[in-house]
Amino acid sequence: MTIEIRDTIRFRLNEREVELADVSPVQTLLDFLRIDRNLRGTKEGCAEGDCGACTVLVGRLNDGRLKYESVNACIRFVASLDGCHVVTVEALAQPDGPLHPVQQAMVDTHASQCGFCTPGFVMSLYGLWMENPKPSVQEIEKALQGNLCRCTGYAAIIRAAEAISSIGELGKDPLVAERERIARQLAALRDGRRVEIGSEKERVVLPGSLDDFAAVLEANPKATIVAGSTDVGLWVTKFMRDIAPVVHLSHLEELRRISVDADGITLAAGVSYTEAYPSIVRRFPQLRELWDRIGGEQVRNMGTIGGNIANGSPIGDTPPALIALGATVTLRKGGERRTVPLESFFIEYGRQDRQPGEFVESVRVPFLSDADRFAVYKISKRLDEDISSVCGAFRVRLDGEGRVADATIAFGGMAGTPKRASNVEAGLKGSVWGETAVNAAVAGFERDFTPLTDWRASADYRMLVAKNLLRRFYLETQETRNVRIDRAVAAAV
Amino acid sequence: MNVMQPIDRIRGGVHERERHESGHKHVSGTAEYIDDIAEPAGTLHAYLGLSERAHAEILSIDFQAVTSSPGVVGILTADDIPGENDISPAHKHDDPVFASGKVEFHGQPIFAVIATSRDAARRACAKVKIGYRDLPHVTDVVEAAAANYPLVIDPLKLERGDIDAGFAKAKNAVQGEMRIGGQDHFYLEGHISFAFPGEDDEVTVIASTQHPSETQHMIAQVLGVPSNAITVNVRRMGGAFGGKETQANLFAAVAALAARKYRRPVKVRPDRDDDMAATGKRHDFHVDYKIGFDDEGRIEAVDAVFAARCGFSADLSGPVTDRALFHADNCYFYPNVRLRSRPLKTNTVSNTAFRGFGGPQGMVGGERMIEDIAYTLGKDPLEIRKLNFYGGGGRNLTPYHQTVDDNIIGRIIEELEASADYAARREAVLAFNHENRVIKRGIALTPVKFGISFTKTEYNQAGALVHVYTDGSIQLNHGGTEMGQGLYTKVAQVVADEFQVDLDRIKVTATSTGKVPNTSATAASSGSDLNGMAAANAAEQIKTRLVRFAAERYGVDEADVAFEPNVVRIGSERIAFADFIKSAYAARIQLSAAGFYKTPKIHWDRSQGRGRPFYYYAYGASCSEVSVDTLTGEYQVERTDLLHDVGKSLNPALDLGQVEGAFVQGMGWLTTEELWWDAKGRLRTHAPSTYKIPLASDRPRVFNVRLAEWSVNREETIRRSKAVGEPPFMLGISVLEAISMAAASVAEYRIPPRIDTPATPERVLMAIERLRGAASRGEADG
Repeated sequence: MTIEIRDTIRFRLNEREVELADVSPVQTLLDFLRIDRNLRGTKEGCAEGDCGACTVLVGRLNDGRLKYESVNACIRFVASLDGCHVVTVEALAQPDGPLHPVQQAMVDTHASQCGFCTPGFVMSLYGLWMENPKPSVQEIEKALQGNLCRCTGYAAIIRAAEAISSIGELGKDPLVAERERIARQLAALRDGRRVEIGSEKERVVLPGSLDDFAAVLEANPKATIVAGSTDVGLWVTKFMRDIAPVVHLSHLEELRRISVDADGITLAAGVSYTEAYPSIVRRFPQLRELWDRIGGEQVRNMGTIGGNIANGSPIGDTPPALIALGATVTLRKGGERRTVPLESFFIEYGRQDRQPGEFVESVRVPFLSDADRFAVYKISKRLDEDISSVCGAFRVRLDGEGRVADATIAFGGMAGTPKRASNVEAGLKGSVWGETAVNAAVAGFERDFTPLTDWRASADYRMLVAKNLLRRFYLETQETRNVRIDRAVAAAV
Repeated sequence: MNVMQPIDRIRGGVHERERHESGHKHVSGTAEYIDDIAEPAGTLHAYLGLSERAHAEILSIDFQAVTSSPGVVGILTADDIPGENDISPAHKHDDPVFASGKVEFHGQPIFAVIATSRDAARRACAKVKIGYRDLPHVTDVVEAAAANYPLVIDPLKLERGDIDAGFAKAKNAVQGEMRIGGQDHFYLEGHISFAFPGEDDEVTVIASTQHPSETQHMIAQVLGVPSNAITVNVRRMGGAFGGKETQANLFAAVAALAARKYRRPVKVRPDRDDDMAATGKRHDFHVDYKIGFDDEGRIEAVDAVFAARCGFSADLSGPVTDRALFHADNCYFYPNVRLRSRPLKTNTVSNTAFRGFGGPQGMVGGERMIEDIAYTLGKDPLEIRKLNFYGGGGRNLTPYHQTVDDNIIGRIIEELEASADYAARREAVLAFNHENRVIKRGIALTPVKFGISFTKTEYNQAGALVHVYTDGSIQLNHGGTEMGQGLYTKVAQVVADEFQVDLDRIKVTATSTGKVPNTSATAASSGSDLNGMAAANAAEQIKTRLVRFAAERYGVDEADVAFEPNVVRIGSERIAFADFIKSAYAARIQLSAAGFYKTPKIHWDRSQGRGRPFYYYAYGASCSEVSVDTLTGEYQVERTDLLHDVGKSLNPALDLGQVEGAFVQGMGWLTTEELWWDAKGRLRTHAPSTYKIPLASDRPRVFNVRLAEWSVNREETIRRSKAVGEPPFMLGISVLEAISMAAASVAEYRIPPRIDTPATPERVLMAIERLRGAASRGEADG
């Protein structure tokens, strides 16, 4: 089969269609907007996807539906935008026209001080408003986890978010009113061709299909695979690494599929955290808090399950929980596939069980049985948009006599990889599930892990918290009150 | 001429809840920051090459790969500096632009690459090969003291009464120590400067600086030209918080140096990580204290040493550590007291101004002493606080011999205690803790008293320039800079009020050393106090001329000429402002004036530790309740109530924003914001991925914020308002104290919890473990 090739990237930028033949593999959307297009309303605050000053919306068709999501332009590569609609703050109001309702709300509530973070907040709130015109305070806070403001203390911004719908009608918003027309235009940009741009040294490839992706990767085993670019983006913006040749996959709908059968859920590797959320929290309500605390909204919109696994972080947002749930990953090279338990995919720090030319195609998470007790706890310096100092996931199955029939416990932040606490598991198995067994089993952590001291936490703290999380897990299975801080308490403004 | 019907009042006068003058531009992305300015053709970009050693001799620098990197135009080192290689604001000659021969901290600039794009300059910088010979280094303040590191500047001692007699009389004495962490400013707009070469020796620099005059002087010093050759402009900063008071000078000097050498516009903007590594922060402190007190908790004597991590140079460490001592008393009378500062050199970036300027660290130290007294005696800390407030016969003298004569803390506390329902909630917290093993709660109500004025008296002056144009529009310029605090809005409100014209008739223009010279930093919360008065003075001068003109022209008494809303009333006739101005112009009346102001009454003798360094005090109080998880140390602020004094507010909406924002920033400083250096002396929390400032979800779950609307400044400040920038920062202390109470609960509130800051979940959990251990060993009897 020969595949047709296109040598340009095509996307829509605000009101105009853009076609680019010359896109460097390391060109970020933020630099493109600010330097190439002189659209300077979008700001650079950190160049690592943590502050949100560069937030723009990216609209993308998935299963025929056009959805706009907030993303960090600083770590998004231009080449990944093929077929997308990029919306920047400049699109919201004409220079001499009235402000957009989101903007007017921000002005009315005195929600800007220095104003540098403000366009990013406006775009995040705009994205939220389109999906949820009357959000709760908690929903607003969640949508703003990826936006830092150093001046206001946020109270006025929350007031603005609550006021938007009293200022403007969602139905009159251009992106809402003209959704179908824009969707048709974006659909017309998609021709199923493989996109290849750049010279040999600066090659960027957007495969035409999943099979094409497998073929391209097999032919270019040293290529950098870019999914959400929440990690690879920093290789470029912070470490100035040369990442060519690059193979993008975020445009492949086949890698964004979620399937559920009687025994479990299968997530294609390119499924973003946001896309996975509804299915995950319906089937695994215990994962809701963890999922809500992965990165910020922009990172959840960009980052993928497959990327989170394939990059082999010793901490990982999802691996400890997925290991405890007994997840498996399917790897593919060309037409060959193999499936391995997730825990064995992580070999040691910086090394995973992935061959050259091979990629993570999907992750399968089996459902819990009724006898399973399961919980995952993320401990971090700041509650939201922080990397875990320790992340512990616990699954225990009791037999009819209250003894531990099976235990799977996995931790991030305690070793060079996400790793099981096998000594603790062994210590629990066969014991009566109770404080005595728990207090005896925690000693196993000392044999399972030798954590490091770094800027996130000391080794002593990590060890103590690991032990205490097992205690917390036990107390929660006893339905004791006030075992954990009630994060669900509604904030009043 | 039109005869106008009188209207009630102008739009946007003083005391109105006026919107930020740039609000509509902030939200639409059209507010122009320096990096948004369209670059002229030929613009070059500079990028700084930083030290990768904490303390080392530079043996060799190999620029070969740098020079051959694409786009590189040239390299600047110390050898390229025509003037002095020094930008020390303390004039200690200890702050080079580029290190030469030796580096003194990890992140110190050594050279700059000039290239055709920022990316090219940055990539080239990374290709340098520098040979170092490592020297021993110290990053920590306690280690610096142990290693006999020098002081970067003369220390200060404040002394009053007789501490030996005080301790002899005191029935109880407690000795302790505390570590107080620093803080990165994390302004969202990082440092940036854009320099444009002019004719002869002229350079114009657009800089993100709080102190355009000093930036101007430093550029002149580095270039070896007189100050009159340099113009520094700044329209707005994307946040500053003290981080751009002196730290902008480096970037401005480098941009100017390159612009002069290459005769092309040059912009310099470091990456966030480099910004955080190469620029100073809030000082970390170590406090050694001893307090004597009676059985009720009344303080008899205080002896404390405040040692600070100053970094490799003096910068502003002198006045910062001074201000720490000035605020170690907070609202409390110390009958016998000795406070000493120890501004220690370390091999870290030179620490600098940051909202509160040492005051917060002093105040946290003072509050730690109160906490120790309370938990030693087993009492509510608020009871100890009230017992020791300034007030009553002979109890109004500060350790620096200034009399507190505007004290309103009693009323503030009383009102907040009632509105926050403190007493009942404290009982509920105690009951909750009795019933729950894992989650513990804490509640604390803490006061703030903050002294207003630069402690260096000469800085307490300001200038303004007001032009009235013939169409009746007004242009306002003053020496203050806009960093988001709303200074431009407030001063424009003052001028609108002076002329009694609607606010939209006034345009505020970018701060420029060419318009108002010899200005002070927009710092010490003084922006509207100083510049508001200077602008009012300029307006008064023009009004005086106009009144004289009107009286002569219309043959009325000067007393019969009045500026009324959008009109001038002359006798019984009312003339539209613009028409009146037109006639004044025709009569050749000067419609422009330079205003000036200097703060009265203040004086300070540092060598004696005596004087009246502060014109007045701003007050406030904060009540916070927290939940703490004793298994993990995680916490959540459940509710905070703030009541803050801004005098008679110039703009209650902007002031409320300052109070809310300052509280959250103060809370962040004391909780999640941690600066962490590794063994090699490298700061590892140098980006938002590792350095955690508060998010929206860190706000207190219930957040009630009020201004003390009844407060009026006793001094004749601008419209009787008070400064607002810094004082509410210290309202964040209530969160720390509430966490302390929750931790103390595991030892029945009988052992001082002594949590160092920032109180990260780790420090909280480790304190809880320590307290549990001490309680089980029976150490709970104080």
